[in-house]
Amino acid sequence: MARLIVLGGGVSGHTAATFAAKWLGSAHEVVVVTPNAKWNWIPSNIWVGVGQMSKEEVTFDLAPVYAKAGITYKQAKAVSLNPAGNESSDKPFVTIEFTEEGRAGESENIEYDYVINATGPKLNFGATPGLGLGDKLGEYTVSVCTPDHATHAADELKKCIKKMKAGERQKFLIGTGHGLCTCQGAAFEYIFNIEHELKKAGVRDMADLKWISNESFLGDFGVGGLHMKSMGFAVSSKIFAESLFTERNVDWIIGAHVNKVEAGKVHYELLDGDMGEEEFDFSMLIPPFAGVGLKAYGKDSADITDTIFAPNGFLKVDANYGAGAYENWKASDWPQTYQNPTYANMFACGIAFAPPHPISKPMKSPNGTPIGPTPPRTGMPSGIIGKTVAHSICDRILKGEDAPLHEASMAHMGAACVASAGKGLFNGTAAAMTIYPVVPDFDKYPGTGRDTEYTFGEIGLAGHWIKHILHHLFMHKAQLRVGWTLIPE
Amino acid sequence: MAQKHGEENIKAYSKNFTTMTPGPFAKWLRTNLIFQFIRFIVINIKMLVVVGKGH
Ligand SMILES: Cc1cc2nc3c(=O)[nH]c(=O)nc-3n(C[C@H](O)[C@H](O)[C@H](O)COP(=O)(O)OP(=O)(O)OC[C@H]3O[C@@H](n4cnc5c(N)ncnc54)[C@H](O)[C@@H]3O)c2cc1C
Repeated sequence: MARLIVLGGGVSGHTAATFAAKWLGSAHEVVVVTPNAKWNWIPSNIWVGVGQMSKEEVTFDLAPVYAKAGITYKQAKAVSLNPAGNESSDKPFVTIEFTEEGRAGESENIEYDYVINATGPKLNFGATPGLGLGDKLGEYTVSVCTPDHATHAADELKKCIKKMKAGERQKFLIGTGHGLCTCQGAAFEYIFNIEHELKKAGVRDMADLKWISNESFLGDFGVGGLHMKSMGFAVSSKIFAESLFTERNVDWIIGAHVNKVEAGKVHYELLDGDMGEEEFDFSMLIPPFAGVGLKAYGKDSADITDTIFAPNGFLKVDANYGAGAYENWKASDWPQTYQNPTYANMFACGIAFAPPHPISKPMKSPNGTPIGPTPPRTGMPSGIIGKTVAHSICDRILKGEDAPLHEASMAHMGAACVASAGKGLFNGTAAAMTIYPVVPDFDKYPGTGRDTEYTFGEIGLAGHWIKHILHHLFMHKAQLRVGWTLIPE
Repeated sequence: MAQKHGEENIKAYSKNFTTMTPGPFAKWLRTNLIFQFIRFIVINIKMLVVVGKGH
């Protein structure tokens, strides 16, 4: 009997674990180690953050789902990996520390045949003074990264609306809280949901909305922008984004590294080296992401963390980490199998894998401060990669160690994104976008790097309907309800 | 006063001076149920094709 351990029960790890359990059956064991008791459909946190959904609507308990799937569930966080065992045994193992009530702080070593690191991001609020400490959100800004953060954001938004109704003007500042953030799409969706809510509440004219981000142009989204087929033209996402911001009367600051947050004020440095300050009454700034800080030890207990993990804490996989300057980047730099180059039974999926380099061109201010988006790994690629890695491991367990690995490169994969503005079925509008491939391939698609037949975006009610459907489909799928395997990632 | 569609937010020689804004017809289409129903079908098909290409 083989044992697969999946570290992290989020979008990617949950997909990997549930498919692996289905494919392996009861002859083998799948263990999920994750500190959270509940699964969260993170994209819908945006609606929680404006008070349109409750925390309960975007989460469910993992224990009954894992019991139904025959998955061993450890409510714990992984602390370290011993991929070659230790002095007393050759068997690889993971050291975990329980977070479950009643067992908190207890630790255990679990041996494995295969391991998947799907621990997602550490929300690194501590990287910007005043934004927070370590992975804890500070007191001056709000966040929508977790359901609890989003619930708090909705409460703060309500307070602002109350003030505006009483005649007090409010300034909203939404975007990224550091020069090396990703996830601009989430902040983009949030600012337009706030704008919609303010209109609905009849206080839009009492609010000044401003976007602040590390993108070198509006509409970069961490993917170096995209060209979308529209009215027979290949239109840049810069035009698309600038148009939307102008139409909704949202101002913007771009190329910004937020370097300090205080009560009601952020300080930032721009790509041209200028320093600035911006005041706010309400601010949601996405933190930069890092790996969750797993350690790795050799058989002799030597620290081998640097061998397995990149300096940003993400797991090294089959990517080309030596591509160098932007001009040398190729689509083939991106990983295909997500296997660790040192340990063949170790894989990563979702945000936890170390990308070879950003997708957007890296830039620096004249002071040497790097300012530019790090690469996003959104829900769809995270799910697809999770399923692909599970497929490879199941084949190796069931067919033998030489079974070929399955591939899912982000340079051959598309993504669908729906950024809502409001939640109503008959009012509000959403920007529905698809991008193919996520990582541009300038050799295959000269000029834009993407297939403009399958890279498109449009604004309308239809996007809203899709966002609603996606919410219900993914909550249904993740709970392994009837037909869950038929719903694509 | 002309109906507001976004044009009025453009400021000459500011950073939003070079963008485009939708007109009344483009905005009407965004919430027209018949048009949006057709777009819903089209977008879903396109999204399924894109998902399929990744698997
Ligand atoms: C506000 C917001 C909105 C978004 N909206 C969209 C959207 O509309 N569309 C889209 O495609 N994507 C969206 N995304 C991105 C999407 O949520 C991510 O791509 C996806 O969650 C990544 O999956 P993951 O499994 O890698 O990470 P996660 O889903 O974050 O899962 C990681 C898991 O690992 C666990 N973990 C952490 N540390 C440890 C440890 N030491 N040991 C074990 N487990 C650990 C965590 O508790 C978590 O359960 C959004 C993200 C945010 C923050």
